[in-house]
Amino acid sequence: MKILVPVKRVVDFNVKIRVKPDGSGVDVANVKMSINPFDEIAVEEAIRLKEKGSATEVVCVSIGPPQAEETLRTALAMGADRGILVGFDGEMEPLAVAKILKAVATEEKSDLIILGKQAIDYDCDQTGQMLAALLGWPQGTFASKVLIEADGLTVTREVDGGHQIVKLKLPAIVTADLRLNQPRYVSLPNIMKAKKKPVAKKALEAFGIDVRPRLEILKMAEPPHRKAGVKVASVAELVKKLKTEAGVLQ
Amino acid sequence: MTILLLAEHDNASLKDATARALTAATKIGAGVHVLIAGHQCRTAAESAAKLEGVAKVLLVDAPAYAHSLPEPLGALLLSLAPTYDVLLAPSTSSGKNVMPRLAALLDVMQVSDMMAVIAPDTFERPIFAGNVIETVRSKDAKKVITVRTTAFSAAANRTAGAAPIEALNAVADPAISSFVGEELSKSARPELTTARIVVSGGRALQSHDNFVKYIEPLADKLGAATGASRAAVDAGYVPNDWQVGQTGKIVAPDLYVAIGISGAIQHLAGMKDSKVIVAINKDEDAPIFQVADYGLVADLYQALPELAAELGKLGR
Ligand SMILES: Cc1cc2nc3c(=O)[nH]c(=O)nc-3n(C[C@H](O)[C@H](O)[C@H](O)COP(=O)(O)OP(=O)(O)OC[C@H]3O[C@@H](n4cnc5c(N)ncnc54)[C@H](O)[C@@H]3O)c2cc1C
Ligand SMILES: Nc1ncnc2c1ncn2[C@@H]1O[C@H](COP(=O)(O)O)[C@@H](O)[C@H]1O
Repeated sequence: MKILVPVKRVVDFNVKIRVKPDGSGVDVANVKMSINPFDEIAVEEAIRLKEKGSATEVVCVSIGPPQAEETLRTALAMGADRGILVGFDGEMEPLAVAKILKAVATEEKSDLIILGKQAIDYDCDQTGQMLAALLGWPQGTFASKVLIEADGLTVTREVDGGHQIVKLKLPAIVTADLRLNQPRYVSLPNIMKAKKKPVAKKALEAFGIDVRPRLEILKMAEPPHRKAGVKVASVAELVKKLKTEAGVLQ
Repeated sequence: MTILLLAEHDNASLKDATARALTAATKIGAGVHVLIAGHQCRTAAESAAKLEGVAKVLLVDAPAYAHSLPEPLGALLLSLAPTYDVLLAPSTSSGKNVMPRLAALLDVMQVSDMMAVIAPDTFERPIFAGNVIETVRSKDAKKVITVRTTAFSAAANRTAGAAPIEALNAVADPAISSFVGEELSKSARPELTTARIVVSGGRALQSHDNFVKYIEPLADKLGAATGASRAAVDAGYVPNDWQVGQTGKIVAPDLYVAIGISGAIQHLAGMKDSKVIVAINKDEDAPIFQVADYGLVADLYQALPELAAELGKLGR
């Protein structure tokens, strides 16, 4: 079984992002970038499946600027076998990403695609579901457990009320949630080894897919800032203020 | 403008998320149709028919829709889509699961987590953990939208009468997925995303037992729902469906009480629209105090029993 893992280069989760003064976008100059945390979990899961003997190859793909090669190298250092970088500068919408990924998955003859549940920059939570639709495959989103069996895939999903367990036919899509696994740390020798692993670079034009945005961004703004309130000295003062001032203890 | 809202329900009752998403739908246009797809779900359809703003309820009752699996549900939505300009659902785990699937089948780019309607084709949505609000105009002929339910109040019930309920047939199930089981948390407390008061605990609680001993009695006294930070969920102190935040549940209660939670941006993303925020933390520099209306610098193991006692004096 061949597993494909799409990985996105995003602003690191620890960075507090700022909007450019003219509202045209977010300021990412000199900002720390990392692999999307959910994609790191997806890569880990794919590698574990390979280590268990359920998968034969783990291929990672990223659509992004030249620096996205670093993101792929992170995945390769974790243990993925090879990478594919589709060159694109700017922010591509999930629908277009899904179309490119469909073409890659078809060419790679992937049997299972594990994505992150959401990219923590644009918080769309769409790509995996869209890719499943375009391929006509079933989807196990928000996965906290994945089991490969002879006749398909059993996925435990994190849902609003708890967990749901579904059985999917292969080929299938899985999107990783936080509790799927704890990604490994990469060792220095593995980082060195990853430098020699192959990364194929592909031009976007080669796909012949229209990736022009469907959502026109009219404005970006910071939400109204909440101002810090007061510190109370005691529990009694807290209760008094909640009752008389805030009026939330009717 | 014709609008179809996919309802959130558990086959018996309609979820509050539906009435909130309905308010969002009516801001786009009038005469909303509500789709109840499920199994033995007529009572949910009857509740939907009583909501103000609903012009018609479509009821599709078949075993394939019992658990909202996105493959059959997506196929059903696709079959209904030709007559609608806007298709939306609340941003619940099932709405987030099926709507992008529908959007791709329609070759539409979804607007996720819509929090304000600026015009019928222009919307606001949060990005970067809610630190940025983007205004987007959809150029697609059809709009597919998921709605951030905390941004809209629930539509009221009609004072009299009900919208007509039209029963429709199921469409072919792609038969590539099946339901195996579910483990749903049972709780007598209010539902987290719609509760008026939420009490949340963080890593500082250290164990499941301490959640039971310190957080739950306070929640009981306040009639509150219970929540948690990711750290507390990851550590196994409480179930996954308690997680509040960017990648968990979004809440906006009248009162949010954060106990032993540092206030990482991912956590703030899920609760900073609460009306009143209380934080109890022993570190006076904890970032949570920057958004708290009332901050108490204290050890929670002392403060919580005291708080329970003070509330007890108020007859709670
Ligand atoms: C991709 C991604 C997604 C994430 N999504 C979410 C999300 O949706 N929700 C979320 O919450 N987090 C999320 N996080 C995690 C987030 O970054 C923080 O790690 C997490 O919120 C920290 O939880 P905490 O505040 O409970 O723990 P800590 O940061 O460890 O804070 C514990 C706090 O307790 C205080 N404390 C300790 N002992 C006591 C005591 N006895 N009395 C009083 N106070 C005490 C400490 O001073 C400290 O401030 C996400 C992270 C990533 C990378
Ligand atoms: N540009 C990209 N390159 C590779 N994978 C991507 C890209 N954008 C999104 N993805 C994948 O799709 C998942 C969900 O992203 P989103 O739908 O944008 O929240 C991510 O976690 C990645 O696995």
